Amino acid sequence: MLRGDLEGDDLEKYVEERVVTTTFEKMLNLARANSIFPLTFGLACCAIEAPISIVTARYDLARFGAEALRASPRQADLIILSGRVSIKMAPVVRRLYDQMLEPKWAISMGACSSSGGMFANYAVVQGADKFMPIDMHIPGCPPRPEAVMYGFNKLQRKIMGNPDQGWRRRYNALGTEEWARGGPASKPSHESTEAYELARELAVTEGPAGA
Amino acid sequence: MPDGPGLELLRGEIDADLAGVVLDTSYAKERAVLIVDPARVRDVLSWLRDTPGQGYRFLSSLHVADYLPAEPRFGVHYEMLNRERVERLRVKAMLPAEGPEIDSVTDLFPTANFQEREAFDFFGIIFRGHPELTRILLPEDYVGWPQRRDFPIGGEPVTFTYSEERYG
Repeated sequence: MLRGDLEGDDLEKYVEERVVTTTFEKMLNLARANSIFPLTFGLACCAIEAPISIVTARYDLARFGAEALRASPRQADLIILSGRVSIKMAPVVRRLYDQMLEPKWAISMGACSSSGGMFANYAVVQGADKFMPIDMHIPGCPPRPEAVMYGFNKLQRKIMGNPDQGWRRRYNALGTEEWARGGPASKPSHESTEAYELARELAVTEGPAGA
Repeated sequence: MPDGPGLELLRGEIDADLAGVVLDTSYAKERAVLIVDPARVRDVLSWLRDTPGQGYRFLSSLHVADYLPAEPRFGVHYEMLNRERVERLRVKAMLPAEGPEIDSVTDLFPTANFQEREAFDFFGIIFRGHPELTRILLPEDYVGWPQRRDFPIGGEPVTFTYSEERYG
């Protein structure tokens, strides 16, 4: 359209129909929710449903903007725990989660990673949220790919509606932020520094838990 | 695989060379088992390996079973295989519940190295003379022997509040 094609009320109407005003935060969350890069990561049998099945043409996670599976946790924003987490795997999973850049999300998929499932024994962690924050639990053994996509959509809604999930507070992890990211939060806030000092003090005086 | 009479013949041959080492035999479900004195298990295995005409040169598996509450409690099983005749023979040594110890056969059969470590890992059987008897599958700092039958089944008690209210 060229200047002068529309004048007066017609121009006002045209602009009203085509321009949406919103806050920057909402727009940012909209972008985040619809461009998730999941980590190419499978733990056990649920991996056949989650990272393998839902990216195929039949289920096609690309419809929700998450088709770009990343091979490195440094490039991923979403980790799907697809299967039971053994006690030897738990530190590795936690490390992968720690290596992901923020903002990051985690889906615990299936009964095993959510609660231990049928593996109530010495080798399996009884619920992955014992050692890392989980945003979404998908029930099933294994969940249908439709269930995984539904869980993914719920996660998208969560991202769009609630930018601060506050997991650091819930998990008592204040003071572990990555300050090196730069930006306005590049310096620790007073509260975080205090929590960090307190945690260090406790670690020094009381030693590791259970000692 | 030696059948019942074959097993007794084999026992006679072993007794002729190593008197008193075979404590018992059992033949069930087409499986021949020699129950031997745990202190002399190395003699038996090397006899089965080296005696002409026997040729059980391959230790196809080494594993442990917990027969709680029986005493002696632990059975160390050596699955021997003759690859020429495709005959299998199980040699079993029973160990007591307190301080189960047995000689390592790693120098006779190198495959026993990892399998003895696994048996140590899950059952706490001490293999004397093993080059490096450490945990192999579980984390190094794990406490306990989880495949023993008196090991708690683990996990967490799942409390269904619905059931609690309804059934007490």
